Amino acid sequence: MKSLRFIIPLAIFLVLVGFLAAGLKLDPRAVPSPLIGKPAPGFTLPRLDDPNTAVQRDAMLGKAWVLNVWASWCGPCRDEHPHIVAFAKSKQAPLIGLNYKDKRDDAQAWLKQLGNPYDLSLSDLDGRVGINFGVYGVPETFVIDKQGVIRFKHVGPMTPEVLQTRIVPLLKELNG
Amino acid sequence: MARWLAIVMWAMLSVTHAKDAPPVAADPVLEARMQRIAVELRCLVCQNQTIADSPAGLSDDLRRDIREQLQRGATDEQVVQYMTERYGDFIRYRPAMKGSTIALWVGPLVLLVGGVGVLVFALRRRAKLAPDRFEPDDDDEAAEEVR
Repeated sequence: MKSLRFIIPLAIFLVLVGFLAAGLKLDPRAVPSPLIGKPAPGFTLPRLDDPNTAVQRDAMLGKAWVLNVWASWCGPCRDEHPHIVAFAKSKQAPLIGLNYKDKRDDAQAWLKQLGNPYDLSLSDLDGRVGINFGVYGVPETFVIDKQGVIRFKHVGPMTPEVLQTRIVPLLKELNG
Repeated sequence: MARWLAIVMWAMLSVTHAKDAPPVAADPVLEARMQRIAVELRCLVCQNQTIADSPAGLSDDLRRDIREQLQRGATDEQVVQYMTERYGDFIRYRPAMKGSTIALWVGPLVLLVGGVGVLVFALRRRAKLAPDRFEPDDDDEAAEEVR
């Protein structure tokens, strides 16, 4: 009975430490997307390289693909760019760029300067398609399956770890 | 000299004020409704601000979206629904009452009731203890002397 007086506070303390330790690992900026497991929002957007040609979401049905939201004004996009290029070279899935709230000329100059990893980029000039995709911090990356359902979302610059441990295995599963 | 300085300062003031404030939406009623909804929504770029007072570009866009939806005749609930579908419950400063958020709503009440319960329990137990289990207070002796 006497020892309980010490064990109970110690137990409460340890539980508290557990919660705090878990809290340290959480990233408050990683907002879980309600769109995972839901069909990708429909869109009809002009191509960046050819504004007169529009692309619709349904054109991508039948294959798993990766959507990368980027902009020339976005610093972290520059950081992730080499990884995106490396991923594109591995040819594991079509890579579509969503050029978010950018100026067409700036975007094209950016691609010319750094290299263009995208099979094609779409212009979301006023950010409306971005809102439908729940975009709040560029860059963001989505994996969309053959049925057009969003299966994975990564917010912030792409890292080789996320590519190797999440996206590549998921694409193998979706294409398998 | 003072007068001359005042004129210069007045001129500078009018220069800084020369830029017009951005026009408020044509319909003040709609704008007020938009504001009322926007203060309930979290800006996901600067997470401790509402969409109403965040200067982030995304908040601008979302305010535009709210305005447009209200113009199309959406109800306040429909607008909030639209936002949660895209950005999740996190966008709401007052989360909806449901299974996954029940701890948020009930947790503080449970802690309060639990705390009061422990307090009452401890006080009752102490009240039953014999006086010699407590250290004497200084003013007990003082009271003794007065008597």
